[in-house]
Amino acid sequence: MLLPLSAVAVRSMDGGLSGFWQAVSGPEARSALELTFLISLIVVAINALAGTLIAWVLVRDRFRGMGTVNAVIDLPFALPTIVAGLTLLALYGPRSPVRIDVSYARVGVAMALLFVTLPFVVRAVQPVLMELDRDMEDAAVSLGASGRQVFARIVLPNILPAILSGIALAFARAIGEFGSVVLISGNLPFKTEVASVFIFGRIESDNVTAAAAVSVVLLVASLLMLAAIGAAARWGGRHEL
Amino acid sequence: MGALGYLGLILLGPVGLVFYRTFEHGLAAAWNSVTTPDAQHAFWLTVELVAISVPLNTIFGIAAATAIVRHRFPGRRLFDSLLDLPFAVSPVVVGLAIVLVYGRKGWFGTWLADHGIQVIFSVPGMVLATIFVSLPFVVREVIPVLREIGTEQEEAATTLGASPFTTFRRITLPAIRWGVVYGVVLTTARALGEFGAVSVVSGHVAGQTETLTLHVQDRFEAFDLTGAYAASVVLALLAIATLASMTLLRRRGAPA
Amino acid sequence: MSIEVTAVRKTFGDFVAVDGVTFAVRDGSLTALLGPSGSGKSTLLRLIAGLEAPDAGRVVIGGADRTDTPARNRDVGFVFQHYAPFKHMTVRDNVGFGLRIRKVPRDRIRARVAELLELVHLEGYADRYPSQLSGGQRQRMALARALAVEPRVLLLDEPFGALDATVRKELRAWLRRLHDEVHVTTIFVTHDQEEAMEVAEQIVVMNEGRIEQIGTPRDVYERPASEFVMGFVGPVTRVGDAAVRPHDLDVRTTPAAGAVEAMIERVVHLGFEVRLELVTGDGLPISAQITRQAAEELELRNGQIVYVRPNRLLRAVA
Repeated sequence: MLLPLSAVAVRSMDGGLSGFWQAVSGPEARSALELTFLISLIVVAINALAGTLIAWVLVRDRFRGMGTVNAVIDLPFALPTIVAGLTLLALYGPRSPVRIDVSYARVGVAMALLFVTLPFVVRAVQPVLMELDRDMEDAAVSLGASGRQVFARIVLPNILPAILSGIALAFARAIGEFGSVVLISGNLPFKTEVASVFIFGRIESDNVTAAAAVSVVLLVASLLMLAAIGAAARWGGRHEL
Repeated sequence: MGALGYLGLILLGPVGLVFYRTFEHGLAAAWNSVTTPDAQHAFWLTVELVAISVPLNTIFGIAAATAIVRHRFPGRRLFDSLLDLPFAVSPVVVGLAIVLVYGRKGWFGTWLADHGIQVIFSVPGMVLATIFVSLPFVVREVIPVLREIGTEQEEAATTLGASPFTTFRRITLPAIRWGVVYGVVLTTARALGEFGAVSVVSGHVAGQTETLTLHVQDRFEAFDLTGAYAASVVLALLAIATLASMTLLRRRGAPA
Repeated sequence: MSIEVTAVRKTFGDFVAVDGVTFAVRDGSLTALLGPSGSGKSTLLRLIAGLEAPDAGRVVIGGADRTDTPARNRDVGFVFQHYAPFKHMTVRDNVGFGLRIRKVPRDRIRARVAELLELVHLEGYADRYPSQLSGGQRQRMALARALAVEPRVLLLDEPFGALDATVRKELRAWLRRLHDEVHVTTIFVTHDQEEAMEVAEQIVVMNEGRIEQIGTPRDVYERPASEFVMGFVGPVTRVGDAAVRPHDLDVRTTPAAGAVEAMIERVVHLGFEVRLELVTGDGLPISAQITRQAAEELELRNGQIVYVRPNRLLRAVA
């Protein structure tokens, strides 16, 4: 596993450090990387909110069909990414039955990423919320806290590490996503081409050094996210009783 | 309710539509699309990849989980966190990495070519890619179960005269079996659905190195939408089967 | 403040947790809600605090009807069974929480927290997290947290339940002294009759969602209002058709009027006390408890015939 990944790092340096820098700062590569990180950031922020809310509803509310909803959350994990891309295109593409056409647009890329990263925050927060001591909330209420104060001062600080860990996983997934994006984005350079699609194109055109250089940027970001997840886990467990 | 509406918008709507599109030209058209020689070959190639990578990753997963939980060795924590790499790394980068090692101009390229072994643009490369991306699932499911059951039962078996192998087979394995099964389900789903990494190493030769996911893209780009949708439905059905078994397994007390 | 609970009822699905309960405690008193698990005592406490809403009945605190007042506005201090520490906050922030919610100025919070930590003997622990405290310390922190807002009443749910035996004994005496110092109307829930008798001025005995008896510790022990109370608050033995506490039996070696003849099956020495396991001619068991001195004077041994007579009846069994 490490051998192939180090090969990527080594090949990215074929042209020395300056060659690496040239490859990642070329206009198309830069545009792809900027787009990738920006959209990923937005998408992950939206799903952090939505995911926390969904986790809350699944843990705290009782309603019919809850089991089904709980299972459906994992659909983006189970559904092959290319199928996800095709389905999104069917719904929000040129022949959209709801008359929303986001194909070949950045919004389309964002839709695809929203889809594939939805479960991460939900699945990170859900177990922590389940384990949360409800008496803590009652104690805060009996001390005069309002519903909003209970959430902000008691619940949120306790689930924040889980949210952050979910965000890190979702972000790592979003920056590297390929299958779900490739159809709906149209892969227009400078407009909808994300980093993974850029890498794929460079491999096809046999410009391996450029592909490896951009890959290294993604790899470093991935490693940082893994480190963040580890840190979040330690931080979350620091006051366990 | 807002949260549920969001789910509908993002998840269920699109999937329902693909089923509709598949059958909009009738059952026969859909059936014909999934029974072309290329589609059939893609199906069986996908099955082959799954059949090779899932057992290997299962054995590796159990061994790695046991090593991490039950043994102390230098670099254990690093090993533990590196196991998650395939979750975090872009599949395209994984594909590229395999090309750079086993490709014609890769590190082992010359040696492999001299011995007449082709990895890239053929099935072995696709197997490697599939193994890589689906590696962590079994490990991640088994580790918490192993931690939970502790060592007392194993120690009891040892004091009763059981050999390490017997202890593992009679005590440990039955205790972790639902974790293993859950991990296997996830591994299978990921192996079936892998696209990016396999796409890079396969070379996209219809009828030879095309899996079902690659076939979907191939049909789409050939403007054969019915073909693309039909193959997608096959994959979506497999995904739904995965979800169903995950839900069932969770009820059996496997870790959520 | 006084507390009056009138005809309060609470159900969870088909289960009737509190079934029409009425009782009152006077200002500054210390009351125990005593009963077996599932008797509805904890639910009753939560109803008084406003953490549960009653299906019927009224809760009046300090003369004002609080039935429809949300928990956050009731000014009730509540100490949870497992203390519910805010585990992400230091001891100082835990204790100061209610004051911060009330937007009390910082320096006043600091002073008040210091004062309370001294009261509960946790000076020097202000910067620790709950995970760094022992069970007894967490309990005292929870108590300080509840007292910080100067509640009108203090409610404690099984305050000693999760502690080991020695710490438990210490804290009982300490709670009693604390109450003498702070004088806030206090109700605590317990399933341990010894604890209720030792700490409380008034005991409310509950069973199956209803009140069996309200009285002083001495009342419920010596004049139990029902079979249930009789058995729950202390040991009971039967001599003929009379129910009696084992230590209220006279044991002698010669026959006497009204005494029942029995044979000693076993003599158990329990330090200061000696327990006698007896059996009557009809094969009915009697348990008697006498002092070591009395046992020595009588020179009791297994197989000996003795005569026992109740010197204080509990209640004639119908």
